[in-house]
Amino acid sequence: MSVAAADWLPSATVTASGRPVLSAGEIERHLLPLADLEPEENPRLAPLRGCLLALTSHRLIFLHEPSLSARALPLASIVHPYPPHRKNSHNPLRSLFSSSSSSSSHHPRIRLQISLPPSRSEVVAVVVTCKADVDVFYGRLVEAIRARAWEVAAAAVPAGGGASVAEGAPPREDLAIRMPVVGVSGILRKEQETWESAGQNLQDAFQDLNALMSKAKEMMELAEKMRQKLLTNQSNSGDEEMGSKQDMQDLLLSVGIVSPVTKETAGALYHQQLSRQLADFVRVPVERAGGMMALVDVYCLFNRARGTELISPEDLLQACSLWDKFDVPVMLRKFDSGVKVIQTKTHSDDEVFARISSLAQKPDALKKGISPTDAAFTLGIAPALAKEHLLNAENKGLLCRDVSPDGFRFYINLFNEIDPQNIYLTKTHGVYHTWISVATAAH
Amino acid sequence: MQRQGDFKLPPFFNYPPYFTLQPVRETREKQVQLWKDLILDYCKSHKMYIISLEEDFPLFSNPNIERSLSYEAKEVFLAALVSEGRAEWIDKSHKKCLILWLRIQDWANYILDFVRENGLEVTTIEDIRSGIETHGTELAGIDRGVLMRALKLLEQKGKATIFKGTSADDEGVKFSA
Repeated sequence: MSVAAADWLPSATVTASGRPVLSAGEIERHLLPLADLEPEENPRLAPLRGCLLALTSHRLIFLHEPSLSARALPLASIVHPYPPHRKNSHNPLRSLFSSSSSSSSHHPRIRLQISLPPSRSEVVAVVVTCKADVDVFYGRLVEAIRARAWEVAAAAVPAGGGASVAEGAPPREDLAIRMPVVGVSGILRKEQETWESAGQNLQDAFQDLNALMSKAKEMMELAEKMRQKLLTNQSNSGDEEMGSKQDMQDLLLSVGIVSPVTKETAGALYHQQLSRQLADFVRVPVERAGGMMALVDVYCLFNRARGTELISPEDLLQACSLWDKFDVPVMLRKFDSGVKVIQTKTHSDDEVFARISSLAQKPDALKKGISPTDAAFTLGIAPALAKEHLLNAENKGLLCRDVSPDGFRFYINLFNEIDPQNIYLTKTHGVYHTWISVATAAH
Repeated sequence: MQRQGDFKLPPFFNYPPYFTLQPVRETREKQVQLWKDLILDYCKSHKMYIISLEEDFPLFSNPNIERSLSYEAKEVFLAALVSEGRAEWIDKSHKKCLILWLRIQDWANYILDFVRENGLEVTTIEDIRSGIETHGTELAGIDRGVLMRALKLLEQKGKATIFKGTSADDEGVKFSA
């Protein structure tokens, strides 16, 4: 089911790899893997079910991954967010263990009083159906609403225009300020407010940290017990009290323990989202590089684009390996020589072979063969990748190699054209004939 | 077309990849086949019986395109001939190879035909190898070892008898057609 029915919310654009498209200055704050949005008062409003919930500085985006569609609730329309409400609120630990297939009454609900145009007041509830720390999410939601980042974007545009006329200073878009910038005192005030909000953010962060620390020891012991139970109960899938193995892994990951009970790598939300983001990012550079790019190059480009939150080579490899599970337009490919590349799925080996074949039959190539550099130049790709293509073509029987003190070159494969019963036969047409006339002219 | 003496080299002798041992199996099979035939033809034409891997063999390099076979390649092609029964390693270390551009059996038949056509009854080994009667035939200059094996084969079939000759260093053959 897609989100089409919920037309009372503005729609949100999704990339080809299932990531929400963010506007300039919109920053992601929190992700919940699975949530519903239930209108509580108005039965005519369609609910949203089974969506990835992305909290950004501007919106609450409900992304339905299977259909690559999304709806977004602007934070500006939230009049009041109510704290999370749970049935088992007296025992938070037990609620963590409750089975995921139970009715929504066990799932935490965050009620929101919203005001959607045209001036309609509604109450909706965000129902968190996955195992997640709802309090952290709520805290970030409140913070994002308070920060009103969407107003900064609106204010920065005219303010930037005014400021550039007044002082020639470039506008800043990433600050949560309310007053327009005018003059040097304006800049000073901006600095002041930046420091204050940074200080406030730090304080909030530390508060979260303190809360976590106090529970840390308890959680570690619990996690160890659960891990032990999992190890012994591997085949017992009907054990509802423990929840599914997937949830368990997520829980362990969130407490900082990565305990690979099996060899499966997919599952953690971080890697899934990274994988999708990588697929989005990588499409344009790969196409520009001729449909194929070495994994090392992608690693450099991606990390440079990310700026500060660098990913490790293992993360990159893992992200690529997850692409099998989604429908993304790129894939990881390993050549016989061990070189790994990322190529677009539309990339066709046959097309490359056709181009190589025609290159190898040009008079110069018939006389002297082609080197990886020649192929790179003609195909418009990196020499290392060109060599892979040439080796591939050799494997298919299109080319032959010539190894000499001059180096490593490839010729069009004439062995197929020679009749072993009649080795002196020179045909009247075809590539063998062309080669003979070119070769004898040279000698 | 290139020639070495009277021997006509085929066009692909100028194809550089011909001198590089091809890694791809199908291509290699075709390459080996071409080299096997070329070696046999060349040796037959030049009446060469022994190829030594450690010495230069004119067929194994082409100065025109500045290419020659690597040691490994030579070994592969000669080993292929040995597998087919058209050659034999003379030494254990596979450094020298006897090329049977006619198999021993074929030599035996050739000798029989020659003997019948020319009405030869008794002759010596040396006469077969370098006598006037065999001048211009395949037998002229035949490798002594090959000749002896062919004659022994005929002896087994009762078509010939080898005996010690009058001089100490030669042997004679009596044919009974």
